[in-house]
Amino acid sequence: MASTNVPLSAQIKAGEAVYSRCLACHALAYDRTGPRHCGLFGRRAGSVKGFSYSEAMKKSDIVWNAKTLDRFLTNPAAMVPGTTMTYAGVANPDERRELIAYLKHVNDTPECKQ
Amino acid sequence: MSFLNQTDELVQPNARRSFLGQSGLLLSGAAVALLAGRDALAASKGGKVDEAGASDVRILNTALGAELEAIAAYQVGAESGLLQKPALDLAVTFQGHHKAHADLLQKTIFKLGGQAVEAKKAYTFPTDKLKSQADVLRFAAMLEKGAVSAYLGAVPLFGNRELAQAAASILGDEAMHWAVLRNALGEAPVPSAFMS
Repeated sequence: MASTNVPLSAQIKAGEAVYSRCLACHALAYDRTGPRHCGLFGRRAGSVKGFSYSEAMKKSDIVWNAKTLDRFLTNPAAMVPGTTMTYAGVANPDERRELIAYLKHVNDTPECKQ
Repeated sequence: MSFLNQTDELVQPNARRSFLGQSGLLLSGAAVALLAGRDALAASKGGKVDEAGASDVRILNTALGAELEAIAAYQVGAESGLLQKPALDLAVTFQGHHKAHADLLQKTIFKLGGQAVEAKKAYTFPTDKLKSQADVLRFAAMLEKGAVSAYLGAVPLFGNRELAQAAASILGDEAMHWAVLRNALGEAPVPSAFMS
């Protein structure tokens, strides 16, 4: 199990494995069934231009950061009732921390800087 | 190559007919649960969907959107010129399964009084990174693994247990796709005892 004592590089690597669960619907650099994840941090929920969000997400008044992501990933429908991200969530807090570490990391990689 | 021999066995005419036949039986079971299940249909009354039914329709629509994209992805793979038989046959067979999933999901959404999402006019795929047959198979395996996780995350959310059962039936099919694609890539087809 990862913890805050685990080196960041190890958390990122573990987070990449957790991210594989998201790949039916999401990609980093382009929109799919779900919106792109590049540029996620600091972005207002429901604001990717051209992506068709649920009304619930558009009205959620969320700005994505580690704290809001952690809450959303725990149980998406509980935080945003009516979201089309119909996924039970990532119950394990270490896995959420790893996933968030990975998403933060990739935002600074060339794939997200194009 | 060993993986080609392995995949060839998977798509030999008789074996393929048998596989498709068994798949059809599984799908028929799901179809019965979805389309003839009185509980499922009870969610829609007079064309209106109650809140529990609306939630189930949202889940089905998200799944439908992903299935429609998977159909398009396999089409890109099949038309890429990178897949040779028998890998090409695998891709076409799996695309057929996704078409069957999408068709069933769409019909079920309508039965529940919902509006089904439609295929996008265009999808984005990382075609610049697909340079070989192995790249295409790895891309397909990644999507199938994601699909297993997506259905796994959706199954507990259904208000209607018959719909959850039917979604689990699709999950099983996606898991088989993932395993066969991994095998074709020369990787352990079932790398762990549990999925997440």
